Amino acid sequence: MTRSLLLLLTFATAGTMAAQDTTRVDEGVRVGVDYRPGTRPGLVVLPGPGLDSVRAIISRDLDYSDRFEIIPVAGLSQTASTAGGGSQEGGPVNYELYKGLGAEFAVELSQAAGGVTARLHDLNAGRLRNQQTVPLPAGANFRLEVHRLSDEITRWASGTAGAAASRMLFVSGGRVYRSDSDGHDMIPLTPAGQTALSPAWSPDGQRIAFTQLGEGRGGVAVQAVSGGATFLAPGSQTALNITPAFSPDGRTLAFAHSDERGTDIYTANVTERCCAQRLTVGRYADNLSPTFSPDGRRIAFISTRAGPPQLYVMAADGTDQELLAPFDYGATGSSNAPEWSPDGASVVFHREVSGSPQIFVVDVSGRRIRQLTSSGRNEDPTWAPDGRHVAFISDRSGRRQIWIVDMETGRVRQLATPGATRLPSWSRRLGRTTLAPNP
Amino acid sequence: MRAPSLLMLSAAAAFAVACGGRPAPEEPAPEPTPTAEPAPAPTPVDDSADRERMERERMAREAAERTRAVSADLAAMINFDYDQATVRQADQATLDRKAAVLQANANVKLRISGHADERGSDEYNLALGNRRAGAAKRYLENKGIDGSRLEVISYGEERPLNPGTDETAFAQNRRDEFEVTGGGDNLVAPQ
Repeated sequence: MTRSLLLLLTFATAGTMAAQDTTRVDEGVRVGVDYRPGTRPGLVVLPGPGLDSVRAIISRDLDYSDRFEIIPVAGLSQTASTAGGGSQEGGPVNYELYKGLGAEFAVELSQAAGGVTARLHDLNAGRLRNQQTVPLPAGANFRLEVHRLSDEITRWASGTAGAAASRMLFVSGGRVYRSDSDGHDMIPLTPAGQTALSPAWSPDGQRIAFTQLGEGRGGVAVQAVSGGATFLAPGSQTALNITPAFSPDGRTLAFAHSDERGTDIYTANVTERCCAQRLTVGRYADNLSPTFSPDGRRIAFISTRAGPPQLYVMAADGTDQELLAPFDYGATGSSNAPEWSPDGASVVFHREVSGSPQIFVVDVSGRRIRQLTSSGRNEDPTWAPDGRHVAFISDRSGRRQIWIVDMETGRVRQLATPGATRLPSWSRRLGRTTLAPNP
Repeated sequence: MRAPSLLMLSAAAAFAVACGGRPAPEEPAPEPTPTAEPAPAPTPVDDSADRERMERERMAREAAERTRAVSADLAAMINFDYDQATVRQADQATLDRKAAVLQANANVKLRISGHADERGSDEYNLALGNRRAGAAKRYLENKGIDGSRLEVISYGEERPLNPGTDETAFAQNRRDEFEVTGGGDNLVAPQ
């Protein structure tokens, strides 16, 4: 069958890699609401005149959403035309043709004044399900607008918006870089010749915080993504300050302050630039890597209070500190780099297994732990805004690169970045939507 | 305390200046320059000037040796077990020698930098390095050294001594380095 062959070709590589990581995912990490095991609906993105680059971005975004099986239709527009009126601008989409290829959905793209119109056809129902016309600005926001359109199409077809209109921060060669969620448009945000670590997004995607590492010391710098001056978070001007995380309202920055007494978690108000407050008292132990729950009321963090670093949780004012991810003393490996999920239900982190870090998830209410990866070194996980994808650093390709796992299907893919990459941070969905209301 | 002779002090100072104050910790101590014993002088009429000069040179050499040894004691690294920040038994003697030198040289200040091997999280390793440096500082404080003379910093895994990825390299990279940041001239050997 044509469709099977195309799928086989498209997913052969990804399938092999996913298999290495799916053994335990299958035990039951299910976050999405619309997922029917084994039945990702087929979807075609039809060529639109003059919209090749838009189509390429949307096709990739929909593919990366892991909610559809993208059915390649390159060269099919001519067939479609001859077979039954075609999918060209103004013409009817040949539902039967694409149904015959196994598609349930067809995305039709056409040029509109200053922008693009996207239409989602439900092939089984035989009708247009949704459409929208969006302006496409030239320049820096062009790709982001296309990504937003992709997320809308994903929502029309699956009921849940995609995560394409988001960006990634990561460190390479001591610099913080920003890229689109698909790895394109990589831009350095910090100057060469410095050592930056641990970049973190503000919830609105307008600012970043990161460690500016100097000679064995460093402050937590805050700067606008658009550039400009940085300032050091209050309480981070002396000694060594690492692992910043913004609160959900963007006003508070939590970070770890290291000095000769150990490493402790502080918060500071980065809107009014005041009010540093110490939340943990380590007494020569380490407390670091804070991450806020989405309601801002709790902070998960790493502590060495019981020996090896493990995952704990406390109220956002530092009270009620307790263990979050159970471990067996002397047997369980070190745990690090936690990040609270966007839906608040779980925390992703990495834990050493036989000397290699692997990605784990603990669900906050049941305290059950699941291992998501097993091949190579896998560390420093970060949630996609859709709450079903997790990006992390893996050396499975030979050097440290960003990989992304879909927790629903176990599919794993690489986000291509030049050079060794570490410490990724995935933004929330970016910007208020500029899209017109749904019809 | 035994007062060192003025000559020794100035010779040591001269050496220290010539050598830029402190040798890099990684460098092995340079081989002592082979110094041929001067041939017996043929019964001179008056060799007092020569003998004085040779005596001065001998003392300068000895002072330089002493300074080198004291500097090496101050700079000697200590190492740690994996994911540990406890001073190992084997390294206590190393720190004891530093404590003695610090006691004999009240102006000397040290910067202690903690390092980690590349395993473990980049961020956690900064905290771990900080804890390792802090452990050495507390050990020296317990030996009577004023904490204000001991500065603590951490490089985490950012500055490996050995770029290898085997246990030998990791073991070398899990370390504290000690750098003299003040009072390093005119070092006096402890008694």
